Amino acid sequence: MFYETIRLALQAIIRNLLRSFLTVLGIVIGVAAVIALVTVGQGSTDQVEADVTALGTNLLMIKPGQASQGPGSTTGSAASLTVKDVDAIETQIARVRVATPTSARSMTAIYGNENHATSVTGTDNRYLVARDWEIAFGRSFYDSELRAGAAACIIGDTIRAELFGNGDPLGAAIRLKQISCRVIGVLEARGASSFGTDQDDLILLPIRTFQHRIAGNQDVDLIYAAVNENASTEKAKADIERLLRERRRISAGEEDDFNVFDMKQISSMLTGITTVLTSLLSAVAAVSLFVGGIGIMNIMLVSVTERTREIGIRLAVGATEGQVLLQFLVESIVLSLIGGLIGIILGLVLALIGVRILAVPFAPDPTIIGVAFLFSAVVGVVFGYFPARRAARLDPIEALRHQ
Amino acid sequence: MTDKVAGKATEDRQAAPLIHLEGVSKIYGQGEAKVYALRGIDLVIQSGEFAAIMGPSGSGKSTAMNIIGCLDTPTEGHYRFGGVEVGGLGRDQRALLRRNFLGFVFQGYNLLARTSALDNVELPLIYQGVPAAKRKSMALEALAKVGLAGRESHDPSQLSGGQQQRVAIARAIVTRPDVILADEPTGNLDSARGEEIMDLLTALNRDEGITIIMVTHEPDMAEYADRLIRFVDGRVESDVRNPVRN
Repeated sequence: MFYETIRLALQAIIRNLLRSFLTVLGIVIGVAAVIALVTVGQGSTDQVEADVTALGTNLLMIKPGQASQGPGSTTGSAASLTVKDVDAIETQIARVRVATPTSARSMTAIYGNENHATSVTGTDNRYLVARDWEIAFGRSFYDSELRAGAAACIIGDTIRAELFGNGDPLGAAIRLKQISCRVIGVLEARGASSFGTDQDDLILLPIRTFQHRIAGNQDVDLIYAAVNENASTEKAKADIERLLRERRRISAGEEDDFNVFDMKQISSMLTGITTVLTSLLSAVAAVSLFVGGIGIMNIMLVSVTERTREIGIRLAVGATEGQVLLQFLVESIVLSLIGGLIGIILGLVLALIGVRILAVPFAPDPTIIGVAFLFSAVVGVVFGYFPARRAARLDPIEALRHQ
Repeated sequence: MTDKVAGKATEDRQAAPLIHLEGVSKIYGQGEAKVYALRGIDLVIQSGEFAAIMGPSGSGKSTAMNIIGCLDTPTEGHYRFGGVEVGGLGRDQRALLRRNFLGFVFQGYNLLARTSALDNVELPLIYQGVPAAKRKSMALEALAKVGLAGRESHDPSQLSGGQQQRVAIARAIVTRPDVILADEPTGNLDSARGEEIMDLLTALNRDEGITIIMVTHEPDMAEYADRLIRFVDGRVESDVRNPVRN
């Protein structure tokens, strides 16, 4: 009997193929949207976490300015950090393996007829250690270059490709606004980060060169401090805070005028944003599922009216109320399950395209897929019940008379 | 699923008349708008009879058929089918009576569209819960009995009116019912096709012992029955043996 009912439902659906398809479109779109969004969202979260791990979870970033601001913001009021602070952190805190100063500006690099807008960062060789970055060819800075503020630069792989193509960049002079600097090395290619930024799109200069010839001050915008392998980042962070408070003469009651960011914090903040966005969009998609359910109810009601005579025949030959109810209920459940299935497939395909565009890993979640499938069945039951009951309660005499 | 109602109907069949209407009235509307479709009908039909019900439209013959067919219940009076009081039964119990003991043949055939003759005939068996293989053999047998062997895969739209009515008759007899209720079975057919249908019904009555109750307004067709019941204004005006047949 149950098998019969499912066969009947499939028959009825196939008889009106186009209409059945239009009916389930709402469910298809709803489920596809939820699956695609959640899958891409999960992929982005995974990517962010992977990137942060790649950057080094044991990396701390120190910026001047009041607390409760992200690492991207700059506050002018607080006293800036200096290279002396960097040295103090590295030498006085045992938990810190290496610390490096960085200051950066957006500038256009020109070589011959080629030009490319990029980020120019003033730092020293410790930057390569802290970020665990190798020189692909050429060399790092000589101490003499760092001390004298020489016009020597190390370029990222993107700069090499943009300005030199297949040519040899070593020894060439790049123009950065008013200064001309000689390329001494090329960094190993790293590719794009999860935020879509190209990590290889940068030029490194000695910090002193940057301060004297570009920034025109002694400031350090950002200090990277790599914590020792076995040491706790939290403790290292506390050490740095204590040291800097002392150096900057901040009295007991006062707030810090600098910030130490833990990569783990940044990671959780970023994944938090992705999660909120994903759930928000999913809520919108869920509304579409609800609308899809109403669409199913609508068509099932039309179907019941259209098939009044058929229902009359079934009742006349001895179908009970329950059997007719079951038939229409199963029909709407099968309909919405088919919609759910199509939606899942479509959603995964969309997610596959999405992760490709965003360059994040494809991470389909079986739980969400199961929930979506179950939810479409629930939609079928809830929105199919009312039309099915209407069919079951028809008066057979009236129904048979129906034209 | 086969229940007490079915059991009781079988048990009492010997003792009570198959169909017994006693003071049956059907009233539509209330108060001033009250309309009597039936006014205190008394009617007994024994097992094995072939009765024709005639009468002008509005005489209550369709209402009587609906009550006999357990599709409707009387407002007043008693209707007993094989001794079972139908008036006291719920919708589902009446559905079970129809399923197990009654077969319907309509003027407009009432077959399921875009559904093969075989599937149409199998329909009542599905509700009886007969397994698929047995269902198919029973349906094929019924189709053969009405002379449609070889047409089982045809849709109603691929069959002539006479053939469609044969499918409907096959659907009515596939459950081996006690009674066939035929409502103007030849109304949509020309006289030659109509006579074929009547011959078929007569054969089922004679050979299978199925009781047949038929509503018609064609005197030619009523001649096939062995009892003529005439309705006028919601009453039985006359109830006679068919002089031609007996």
